[in-house]
Amino acid sequence: MSVPDLLGSLRTVLPADALLVSAEDRRPFECDGLTVFRELPALVALPRTEAEVRAVLVSCHRHGVPVVARGSGTGLSGGATPHPGGVLLSLARMNRILHIDPLARTARLEPGVPNQRISEAAAAFGLYYAPDPSSQVACSIGGNVAENSGGVHCLKYGLTVHNVLGVRGFGIAGERIELGGTAADGPGLDLLALTIGSEGLLMVVTEVIVKLIPRPPCAQLVMASFPDVHRAGDAVAAIIGAGIIPAGLEMMDRKATAAVEPFVHAGYDLDAAAILLVESDGTPEEVADQVAEIERVLRAAGASSVRVSGSEAERVRLWSGRKNAFPAAGRISPDYYCMDGTIPRKHVGRVLEAIEAMEASYQLRCMNVFHAGDGNLHPVILFDANEAGSWERAERFGAQILELCVELGGTITGEHGVGIEKINSMCVQFSPAERAAFFAIKEAFDPQALLNPGKVIPTLARCAEYGRMRVHHGALAHPELPRF
Amino acid sequence: MQAATEVLDELRARILEAADSGTALRLRGAGTKDFYGEQLEGIVLDLSRYQGIVHYEPSELVLTARCGTPLSQIEAALAAQGQFLAFEPPRFGADPTLGGSIAAGLSGPGRTYLGAARDFVLGAHLLNGQGETLRFGGEVMKNVAGFDVARLLCGSLGILGVITQVSLKVLPLPRAQVTLRLEWTLAEALQQFNRLGGEPLPLTAAAWHAGAAWLRLAGAAPAVEAACARIGGERVDESPARSFWSALRDLTLPFFAHEPLWRVSVPSTAPALALEGPVLIDWGGALRWYAGLPASAAVRAQASAAGGTAALFRGAASEGAPRFQPLPDVNLTLHRRLKERFDPKGIFNRSRLIPGL
Repeated sequence: MSVPDLLGSLRTVLPADALLVSAEDRRPFECDGLTVFRELPALVALPRTEAEVRAVLVSCHRHGVPVVARGSGTGLSGGATPHPGGVLLSLARMNRILHIDPLARTARLEPGVPNQRISEAAAAFGLYYAPDPSSQVACSIGGNVAENSGGVHCLKYGLTVHNVLGVRGFGIAGERIELGGTAADGPGLDLLALTIGSEGLLMVVTEVIVKLIPRPPCAQLVMASFPDVHRAGDAVAAIIGAGIIPAGLEMMDRKATAAVEPFVHAGYDLDAAAILLVESDGTPEEVADQVAEIERVLRAAGASSVRVSGSEAERVRLWSGRKNAFPAAGRISPDYYCMDGTIPRKHVGRVLEAIEAMEASYQLRCMNVFHAGDGNLHPVILFDANEAGSWERAERFGAQILELCVELGGTITGEHGVGIEKINSMCVQFSPAERAAFFAIKEAFDPQALLNPGKVIPTLARCAEYGRMRVHHGALAHPELPRF
Repeated sequence: MQAATEVLDELRARILEAADSGTALRLRGAGTKDFYGEQLEGIVLDLSRYQGIVHYEPSELVLTARCGTPLSQIEAALAAQGQFLAFEPPRFGADPTLGGSIAAGLSGPGRTYLGAARDFVLGAHLLNGQGETLRFGGEVMKNVAGFDVARLLCGSLGILGVITQVSLKVLPLPRAQVTLRLEWTLAEALQQFNRLGGEPLPLTAAAWHAGAAWLRLAGAAPAVEAACARIGGERVDESPARSFWSALRDLTLPFFAHEPLWRVSVPSTAPALALEGPVLIDWGGALRWYAGLPASAAVRAQASAAGGTAALFRGAASEGAPRFQPLPDVNLTLHRRLKERFDPKGIFNRSRLIPGL
């Protein structure tokens, strides 16, 4: 691997302004949304065309230099953390909406198009793109594909994998790969499903075809307060059990509402141990019918108060608190660490209690917002990076939450991805044979392991080391104390 | 009945033996899809005995069952709780297994509106050529830990190993359902299906055959009623409507008896293909069936020109011609490499998905 040689060859294929060489220019790319992991890439490439992307890959392949693709850099698992000896391939400049076909309800996009811009462009046709991660103003569709991003409306409308029809791009050797398309089914294995959520390990996507769906003409939000988290959790199960699939079903605990309310003035009930936000969308008839049913179920499940949004402005305000939960965390704490485990819904109360106990043992506060309908938890651990040992405690706290998720039949990541952040937790969720299968897939696409190497799949040695560390911790007299 | 663990141990032993001797195995559930795929090779490995629902919690919207579980058993358990398999796997007038349904990855009439089989796969267990059970995905709605192998297995026709267990997302049955029949020409139907698809209507299926379009609307009763008033057409009685959708799903309408039967997947907006012979449209225009067309070259060329692909679904293939549309070289290489890594001895369902693989 030789970066100077690579630089020479990249200069012949990229315009001068598509290559960042000085440390000062490379600095802004040193991390993604998970800022605790930082690496300065050897080079940054900012191609504008598919041909330029291909040229970068071909050169890197020839010189054996790793490539880390990046969209908007909003990811929360260090998936786009650069490789110190590699090229950071930013696709942000490829941000054109290539075509919207209103009759077929599809949009063809370059990877750098921000998620929200798709729906804005489709609005003229009464259509929109359903997945709405909270970073949707900034996050790119290419990044969404890499992470299989979700959002608050997944239970009804699905994840990225359910809303992307096709991708095209390149393998590491510059070979053109096209998967899926505007026809519903194709021959062969479903490599599209395999690629979505592959975190940049298999290919670099240069074009995405998404499905657009009709914008529901009507939406209403029901807010319910609960005196304890268990009852709120049971209410979630009761809604689903009643045959209702709400458009969104979110829970916030008291710590979260307390953090958000002074900031957003959403009108949350600060006395409630937890609140649920339940959204219904569809035709006016459908929404009226469903909201009445939701209200009935929530009251029967022990809600201390139930409020239905009376106007669009009120609905948006009630949502704004939820969508601003992370910025609110940033206002009440110097740093915060957002987790992303998923559990079977029935264990919500149990997990929230366990997290409360962990707060005491790690001496860190944690507020909880989560996509209750999907069982996808986002505990937000508050810490101060300037305080010695604080980040390490937060990291251990987070890992323990994830281990609990796996123990309860859930997963270590619902929508943020593994990246570099949860690579150790992969040892807990998957057996050596399963991890070997992941490596086999990686190898089938990228035999020299040049695409985003060292992410997502832990090596046997790494897991052995992590296992020793965990056992070591378990054997200590005071496992709650940080030992790093 | 034999305990499930014993059955699994037996399957594992058979696989290890086959891997040892390099014997090809032909994975088989209820055998309802023996006609499907490129070629049948090897000694039958009967998976129908590995059965049973493992977990089902209606409030979690998740059902997990072993591969040999008959679909009828799963659908009965769901119906008892007011839920269903929204991808409506075809049953072909018989009782396929869950494993076979997922391995084939076929979806019913609601595909465009409710999702495909792979959209409802949350997790799967794979018994590989080394006799190891690998678990991918899980029993939760959202899960992005590791590559999405569970969905990759859906439609794999068993070439990567034995899918021994599957977890599916299930949905509540709609409260109300109405079927409308409209006398439209094929061209009108294609245009209307696409136009209606862009409107916020509770549409869950749209098919056309022999001069009539069939629309299925499902959801909250007032929403369904409002949509019916908006669309017009003749309201079909419940019993014939149910029979129609079920026969469309299971490919038991008289139309499907004609061979060769071509399954053409194209963008829903593609105009009517220039092919002679009886045609049936499903999935709001995205799936087109042609019955009794012998000329594979013409069908493939038309499908490709429309931006899609054609598969010879049922009926004899002409000598040496593959049933599925051949893959581009790059994709084929990826298939080959995945097959070599998951099934290094090449024992599972040889040539079922791709000739020679």
